[in-house]
Amino acid sequence: MSGLASPPQVRKAAPAAGTTPGASQGPPPTRRVALLPTAALVLGALYCLLPIAWVLVASTKSGADLFSTFTFLPGDGFGDNLADLSAYRDGIYWRWMANSVFYAGLGAVLSTVVSALAGYALAVYRFRGREAFFDTILTGVLMPPVILAIPQYLLMAEAGMTDTYLSVLLPLILSPYGVYLGRIYAEAAIPMELVEAGRMDGAGELRIFLRIAVPMMSPGLVTIFLFQFVAIWNNFLLPFIMLGDDERFPMTVGLFTLLKQGAGQPALYTLVITGALLAIVPLIALFFVIQRFWSLDLLSGAVKS
Amino acid sequence: MTQPTTGVHRSYGAEPAPYDHPSPTTAHEGARSAPPNSPSPAATSTAGVKRARSAPYLFLLPAAVLFALFFALPIGYAIWLSFHKIEVKGLGLGKGARSEVWAGLENYTAALGDSELGASALRIAGYGMIVVPVMLGLALLFALLLDSERVRARSFSRLAIFLPYAVPGVIAALMWGFLYLPDVSPFFYLLDAFGLPQPDLMDGGPLYLAMSNIAVWGGTGFNMIVIYTSLRSLPAEVFEAARLDGCSQLQIALRIKIPMVAPSLVLTFFFSVIATLQVFNEPTTLRPLTNGIPTTWSPLMKVYNDAFTGGNIHAASATAVVLALATFLLSFGLLKASNRRTKQGATR
Repeated sequence: MSGLASPPQVRKAAPAAGTTPGASQGPPPTRRVALLPTAALVLGALYCLLPIAWVLVASTKSGADLFSTFTFLPGDGFGDNLADLSAYRDGIYWRWMANSVFYAGLGAVLSTVVSALAGYALAVYRFRGREAFFDTILTGVLMPPVILAIPQYLLMAEAGMTDTYLSVLLPLILSPYGVYLGRIYAEAAIPMELVEAGRMDGAGELRIFLRIAVPMMSPGLVTIFLFQFVAIWNNFLLPFIMLGDDERFPMTVGLFTLLKQGAGQPALYTLVITGALLAIVPLIALFFVIQRFWSLDLLSGAVKS
Repeated sequence: MTQPTTGVHRSYGAEPAPYDHPSPTTAHEGARSAPPNSPSPAATSTAGVKRARSAPYLFLLPAAVLFALFFALPIGYAIWLSFHKIEVKGLGLGKGARSEVWAGLENYTAALGDSELGASALRIAGYGMIVVPVMLGLALLFALLLDSERVRARSFSRLAIFLPYAVPGVIAALMWGFLYLPDVSPFFYLLDAFGLPQPDLMDGGPLYLAMSNIAVWGGTGFNMIVIYTSLRSLPAEVFEAARLDGCSQLQIALRIKIPMVAPSLVLTFFFSVIATLQVFNEPTTLRPLTNGIPTTWSPLMKVYNDAFTGGNIHAASATAVVLALATFLLSFGLLKASNRRTKQGATR
């Protein structure tokens, strides 16, 4: 883990120690390891890893071991648990997983396209109603999801669209935070001179956007995609309200219903635990892979350091 | 799996488009039908002026259509519902026996007088008073530690603390829920081994701590990144100067770094308060594991319960509108307060 995570740190340390003359002659105390602060930070890291470590160990235990042996003592039942989970109701768990990948994957792609278009327009053009439009979209952040979800459900019911894939997919495409990030990245990444030069050469506005703006905005667009992917993957309320047929459930709603049944029969606990582990592995893996060429800092809208 | 994609097109197509030429090749021709616009600094080149007029509106079209359909329309509908009620004529049998009639402020007075809503508001007030300071305090502490060169294991810790962000709230609640169960939990195993009393974490006062812990666990990482990012954008010369003047690392952190990242602290505070008001997933997930959590634990659970279990969408809409208004008032209050503070800081 520590090997994987080292590259991002180098950036700050290197210029401070190498290029600035003041820092290279800096007093030796800065190089001494501060023990107490390091301990505090590592303690925080362990706290954050604790439930994940627990679920990792617990998923290796059989139903009986779960309640009898010491929590962090691994068992040898992971294969059995996995087989049980896959066999549960003809493998509906994997159906939920596929649904989540579908909702989050397609939803995040569409969301990124919409955010990129809107963010680019807000950053590059001066037009009437620009700030009003931006402010209106941003108020969406303040909307409690339930005040949206109830009428969304009723309106979908009017349209005969509840309990469909679309009823979960469509309302999540527009992300106010995505549009906000899109504008910030476009403002920072696209020099107006390039847009002007494109126009002089006779390129259409859409062509300028696709050929000039999109490549320059791409680190930001990856960020919007990730942000939306996580947001939709983690969403519970909307599918919980919209869907009745568990064939269309995403992972979150599926595991919740499994837990609800399991409350009566602890035999299902091991299934829930194994299911929870498998549900978080893809996202954690995604972040491990992606952070090699993408910085977490982008998530908060930071464009240049 | 192809069905949803076609549906997306359908919904775009169904919306009355302000311009007739959304296709790429004809995008610039739409300029003629564009509303008159003052000459803009962005499009001063003669070639670009005309088509640049309609282009931004076309680029904004998908966002505008989605906003209208999935934000504006539902909000309008919720407000409409909140002022109506079902009136039953006679025995309530046959067509037209049940009709929607104007209710005035009836639903609102009922919502504000509802003791369940009041109780849930008090609960999340207590919950928020634990979550927000603890989470932001930890986020700030970890961000400052990450920014200090003498601290080791920084990149490992940064990733580890951020990791819960990738875990859905439902699954976080589920994992912690098991860790709170005496039969399964390592904490209770240790308490038992030392012969210590075992508290019930899922009821009464400890429930607040248990619930808050889940939110702190899930939210600290994201806030830490926001604060850390703004720490890294501060000019290094300031700290260099302070260090030459003999400031300790602690003094630099307290006197220079924290005041300079105040805007990002305000931002994280703002988002944390909103998230607290909207808490739903975690208590809902924990409910099957305990009897200590009523169906109306948080205000959003109350709204959900009224609408879908109680079947009273009109009352639920009124409650939802009240919650949205409370969120707005609180947000604007916070923004105003923070603006005033930054202005004071600037004039001093």
